[in-house]
Amino acid sequence: MYLYDQYDQAMVDARVAEFRDQTRRRLEGKLSEDQFKPLRLMNGLYLQLHAYMLRVAVPYGTLSSRQMHALADIADRYDRGYGHYTTRQNIQYNWIRLEDAPDILADLAAVEMHAIQTSGNCIRNISSDHFAGAAADELVDPRPYAELLRQWSSFHPEFTYLPRKFKIAVIASDTDRAAMKLHDIGIQIVRNEAGELGAAFYVGGGMGRTPMIAPLISDFVPLDQLITYAEACLRVYNRHGRRDNKYKARIKILVHELGPDEYTRQVEEEFAHLLDQGVEPPLAELERVKGYFELPETLRYPGAGRDPALAESLDSDLRQNDDFRLWFERNTHSHRHPDHVSAVISLKPVGGIPGDASAEQMHLMADLAREYSFDECRVMHTQNIVLPHVRISDLRALWTRLEAAGLGSPNLDTIEDIIACPGLDYCSLANARSIPVAQKISQRFAASGRTAVLGELKLKISGCINACGHHHAGHIGILGVDRKGKENYQLLLGGSEAQDTSLARITGPGFDEDGIVGAVEKATDVYLANRAEGERFLDTYRRIGMEPFKEALYG
Amino acid sequence: MAEEIGTSPDEVQFRFRDGEPVDHAAVTVDSFLDQSNAAAVRIEPGDDARDLLPYLDRLALVEVNFPTFGDGRGYSAARILREAGYAGELRAVGDVLIDQLASMRRCGFDSFASDKRLDEDDARAAFDRWHDVYQPAADTRSPIWAKRHGRG
Ligand code: SF4
Repeated sequence: MYLYDQYDQAMVDARVAEFRDQTRRRLEGKLSEDQFKPLRLMNGLYLQLHAYMLRVAVPYGTLSSRQMHALADIADRYDRGYGHYTTRQNIQYNWIRLEDAPDILADLAAVEMHAIQTSGNCIRNISSDHFAGAAADELVDPRPYAELLRQWSSFHPEFTYLPRKFKIAVIASDTDRAAMKLHDIGIQIVRNEAGELGAAFYVGGGMGRTPMIAPLISDFVPLDQLITYAEACLRVYNRHGRRDNKYKARIKILVHELGPDEYTRQVEEEFAHLLDQGVEPPLAELERVKGYFELPETLRYPGAGRDPALAESLDSDLRQNDDFRLWFERNTHSHRHPDHVSAVISLKPVGGIPGDASAEQMHLMADLAREYSFDECRVMHTQNIVLPHVRISDLRALWTRLEAAGLGSPNLDTIEDIIACPGLDYCSLANARSIPVAQKISQRFAASGRTAVLGELKLKISGCINACGHHHAGHIGILGVDRKGKENYQLLLGGSEAQDTSLARITGPGFDEDGIVGAVEKATDVYLANRAEGERFLDTYRRIGMEPFKEALYG
Repeated sequence: MAEEIGTSPDEVQFRFRDGEPVDHAAVTVDSFLDQSNAAAVRIEPGDDARDLLPYLDRLALVEVNFPTFGDGRGYSAARILREAGYAGELRAVGDVLIDQLASMRRCGFDSFASDKRLDEDDARAAFDRWHDVYQPAADTRSPIWAKRHGRG
C-alpha cells in the first residue's frame, strides 16, 4: 500500500492546522456560515438533518489494518459506535460535533488519512476497482495511477471552485467493477498495439437527475502525459461549465451541450498548450508510487495452477459445511495467484442497514486483514469490505470468525446485497427513506428463499434524485420521490454499472413503502417466468423489454 | 471613452511585487478590445482571458473580478495570463476571502483588493499555510514530486 513520506504527512498536518483555525474563526463569529460552509465541505463536514456528518476519504478504497482500527476508534470516541461505508468507497460518520471535527482530522492524520475534498465543488476522492492488484483479469494495478491523480488533485489551486463536484475513477481491466463510465472522468489503463501502457479517457458520465454514460474522448493518452491531459479536461470544464444552474453544472452537461467532438477538440487544444507548461510529474514519480503497490513476495509468482494439497484441504472444508460452501461460492473472487482469492465481507445482513459497521466489527475486520490478507482491506463501492489476498486454506477459519460476528452473510451480488443511500433517516436532501425499504426487501427475499433462485440481481436505492444510491445503474433501481408530501417510490429496471453500462428506465407510477416491496417481488416473478437458460435478471429484461413487467405491475 | 471601473491603489491590501500599485482605471474586456489605449483591464468571470493575449505587452494591470468567491473561473484566467508570459500586476478583486488567498497566489495573483478588509494576521497565516505543494502552477514553487526526485 501507499505510505506517506514526509511531504505527504506535512500536507495533511497543515490541513488539520488550517481547519482548526477555520473552525476557531467560525466559532468566534469571524466567518459567517455562508463563508464557512465551502471550507467545512472541503474537509468533508456536512450539516445533516440531526447533526454534522463527516465523510472520510479512503483513496481508491484501500485501508491497512491500522487505518481500519483508527476508523473504529473514531466511531467509538466521536460517534455512536458506528460508521457507514459509502458508494464512493469512503466512510461517513453521522453524529459528529463541530467542535470535535479538528481533533478527528488530527486522529486521521496520525494514520495517514484525511477528509480532504470529500465534498465541495472540487475534485473528490479518486475511486478504483476494489479487486485492484488482486484480480486475475486485470492488466496492471490501477491504484498507482489513482494515487498520482490524488496527489495532483489535492489542493489544486485552479480547481478548487469548479462549477460542481468532480469524480474520477481509474480501472485497469475490461471488467468494470467501479462504474467507471458513470464518473465525470473514467480512466481505463490499457495497452496499445506497440505494447505500451496508456490511459483511455471517458469524460462526462454521471448519475444524478440527468444520468449519462461517458463517451470515450481519447483512447490512448501516454502515461507521461496523463496528468497534463487530466488538467486540460478540468480547465475546459472550469472555464466553460455552466454556473447559472446548479442542476446543469456537472461536466456531463457541458460535454452533452458542446457534443463530445467539440469538447474533445477544446481539450486537445488546451492539452497541446499545457504540454509546454511542465505540469507533468516525471515517470520516476510513477515508478516510486508503483513500488508501494508491489504485491507481497509470496503472491508475485503465480504457479501454473493451484497447489494440490491446498486445493484438497479447501475441497474437504467445502464438503463438510454447506453454509461455508455457499459463502465461498458467492463471496469470493478469483485471484491472480491461484492459491489465493479475494474474500468479500458482506455489510448486508438480512434486515440490516446496508454499509453500516459497528466499531467492534471494524476492529475485527482490521484484525482479519492483518492475519489473513497481508494487512490490507478494501472498501467496495457496493458498501462491502474486501480482504484482497486470502490463502484458500485460511478461508474456513476466516469465515468462522466472520459468522460469529454477524459478518458472514453469503449474499454478494444477490438481491440482498442492496446499495442504499442514507435517505431521509439522515440526509437533509432526501425525499424518502431508503434504509427501511432495503431492510424490508432483504427480509422478504431471505424469508421466501428466493434470493438463491434469483442469482445475480443488483438492486440499488436512492432517497432522492441525486442518486447517491446509484438507482439508475441497478438491474432494479428504486428512487424515493415526494408525492404530495408523502414518501413514494419509483421502480426502475435495466440499469448496469458494469462494462455493459446502461441506464435503468422507470416502469411507471410509483408505489408506497409496502407497495414497492411487492412491486420488486412482481418484477422478479416476471423474470422467473421468462428467463432462458443461464440468463440473469438483467439479460432477461434486455431480451423481453419493459412491457411484460409493466403488465405485471400495472395491468 | 469607456466607463472607468476597477479598484484604486489604496484598496490593495496585499501586494507581492516591487514598486507602487498600478494606478490606472481599468476598463472592461469589451471596451479594451474596442479602443485599446488602456493599460488596465478588468476581467469578469464570463470573459475569455485569451482575448487579451495579443496585447499583454501594453498592459500594466489586469484585475480579475470574483463577484462571488464560489465562482472559480478567475483562477483559470489568472493562470492562462501567466502561462502566456504576462508579467504585469494581476489583482484579485471582489469577494476575495482569507481562505482563497493561497490558491489565488498560486495561480499568479500578486495583488489583492478585497471588497472588505481582511484580518491581517489571518491573511498572513493563510498565505504561509502550505509549506509545500503537490502540483506546479503559476508561482515559482517547485512541486513535491520535483523535490522527491532531486529537481527541487
Ligand atoms: S440520494 Fe438523495 S437522499 Fe440519498 S444520500 Fe444522496 S442526496 Fe441524500
